[in-house]
Amino acid sequence: MLNRLMQSRLRGVMVLALILIILPAFLGNPFHYELVTQMAIIAATVVGLNLLVGYAGQISLGHAGFFGLGAYFTGIATGTYGWPSVPALLVGAVVVGIIAWVVGRPILRLKGHYLSMATLAVGFIIAIILNNERALTGGPDGMPVPAFEVFGWELSTFGQYSLFGLQIEGFQAWYIFASVVLLVAVWFALNLIESPIGRALRSVHGSEVAARVVGVNTAKYKSLVFVISAVYASLMGSLYAHFQGFITPAVASFEFSILFITMVVLGGMGSTFGVILGAVVLKLLPQVLADFQELETVMFGLILMLTMIFMPKGLLPTLTAVVSTKLGKKKAGGAA
Amino acid sequence: MSALVEVKGLDKAFGGVHAVEDVSFAVEAGQVFSVIGPNGAGKTTLFNLITGLYTPTGGEIRLNGESTTDLEPNELAERGMCRTFQQMQICMNMTAIENVMLGRHLKLKSNLFTTLFRLPALRRDEAAARARAAELMEYVGCGEYLETEASAMSYGALKRLEIARALAAEPRIILLDEPAAGLNATETAALEQLIRKIADEGTTVMLVEHDMKLVMGISDRLLVLNYGRVLAEGTPAEIRQNPDVIAAYLGG
Repeated sequence: MLNRLMQSRLRGVMVLALILIILPAFLGNPFHYELVTQMAIIAATVVGLNLLVGYAGQISLGHAGFFGLGAYFTGIATGTYGWPSVPALLVGAVVVGIIAWVVGRPILRLKGHYLSMATLAVGFIIAIILNNERALTGGPDGMPVPAFEVFGWELSTFGQYSLFGLQIEGFQAWYIFASVVLLVAVWFALNLIESPIGRALRSVHGSEVAARVVGVNTAKYKSLVFVISAVYASLMGSLYAHFQGFITPAVASFEFSILFITMVVLGGMGSTFGVILGAVVLKLLPQVLADFQELETVMFGLILMLTMIFMPKGLLPTLTAVVSTKLGKKKAGGAA
Repeated sequence: MSALVEVKGLDKAFGGVHAVEDVSFAVEAGQVFSVIGPNGAGKTTLFNLITGLYTPTGGEIRLNGESTTDLEPNELAERGMCRTFQQMQICMNMTAIENVMLGRHLKLKSNLFTTLFRLPALRRDEAAARARAAELMEYVGCGEYLETEASAMSYGALKRLEIARALAAEPRIILLDEPAAGLNATETAALEQLIRKIADEGTTVMLVEHDMKLVMGISDRLLVLNYGRVLAEGTPAEIRQNPDVIAAYLGG
């Protein structure tokens, strides 16, 4: 049984890796690469958010706040103070983790709508600070961010690199880097879920009373998963800042938070591979609907509503269930 | 005397209503101790107080000599207390065996590092926990459901699953709140056997139950509650003879 679980977990990661390897065959120009690199970074963020929302059943409507804090920490540390990228990214994650813990302790005692409102407020406060602290952040005009560099070696979308003797462009190098990051993010998330800590998290969602009487300190686990998901967001925010080369407070905006949540709900709460699909679909949508740009937010709202009504389990779990019914299988356990 | 659970002058008021009022009793280690009484007598409230879900308005609860009046349920679990619920509390977002493995939470020490990298130590512990959970499911009689989603299981199987989860914590005392409710005669007989087995293996059992045949057959001592107060306490034989109990509850 354990072997079977191991296999299904590794199988999912391998399928994802395979898709990421094959994908470049369909990517024609730098713009395509840019789009999928963004997708990968945002998908990794949403995988982290799903730990909180999908598995532990706690909502955060302000997660872009943590994403934005990570982005700006990197922007300010590397741009203004000349830190190397990796220390900036890691220190940023620690700082954001501490902020999430301090903020999370009191607000995670709230439930349902009250928790939504509190996390919403956290996101707003962060966005307002980023907008107003012009001296540090450049205010609404945003700020440039230097390229990602490790020991003097720069990863820039405009660079030229050679990998295993192959000449590749900077945007292709970024794609490979973001793909590896996504795979690691998924692997960590899957390991976390299939563990005593993961069971404790899921029990908070399933029955908080049951969790407490078997000895789960539910307050501690809620804080833990809040911090983990915030750290995911911060790390990805840092990478996003490097990749974009320029950030504005929009990265911490309410719209961005809502986008994250919509990805989780659409893809499938509590399905790690599902939320990646959610991220892909919602990143593609604006491209498809380029003519209706003003209606983008309306579309997201509509998608969220329709998903809740017609496939409350989300896209991937619903599809898996349909497919396995068609195949005459008894159970749909494919979507971890 | 060394009572495992000692309750003194326990009081719980919801607004002006005293759900439990001045209740005192002691449970010896190794006993099967049942709480009976008409609907609304305060039995479940009493269990919720003992297991830390409610904070008493007055009085004291001691577990193994230590005052536990202000402890949280998870802290009581650390001290060897576990329970099931009248309104079953099963995690429907997990499989059956995962629910039971959740019961081993306190026995599994893991940190974030070993978890994220899924180091061999964690895999070993998980395999052991899974094996133990499977044994317990067999023991309570739902061994055929190991990998079934909890949401797909029948009521009777879930009731047993909840007991398996509580046992997985290896408690010194287990509180069962109406385990026979909704079960048919065969299932109740199987439950009686199970409770006996649990008690014979040295776990103290506290029981809230309406099925008189089950209660009278299995209990070492009984506590009768009526309107939140203690009506009587004694062995099944004594309770059966007690005129107050007959008048209030058992009937002629």
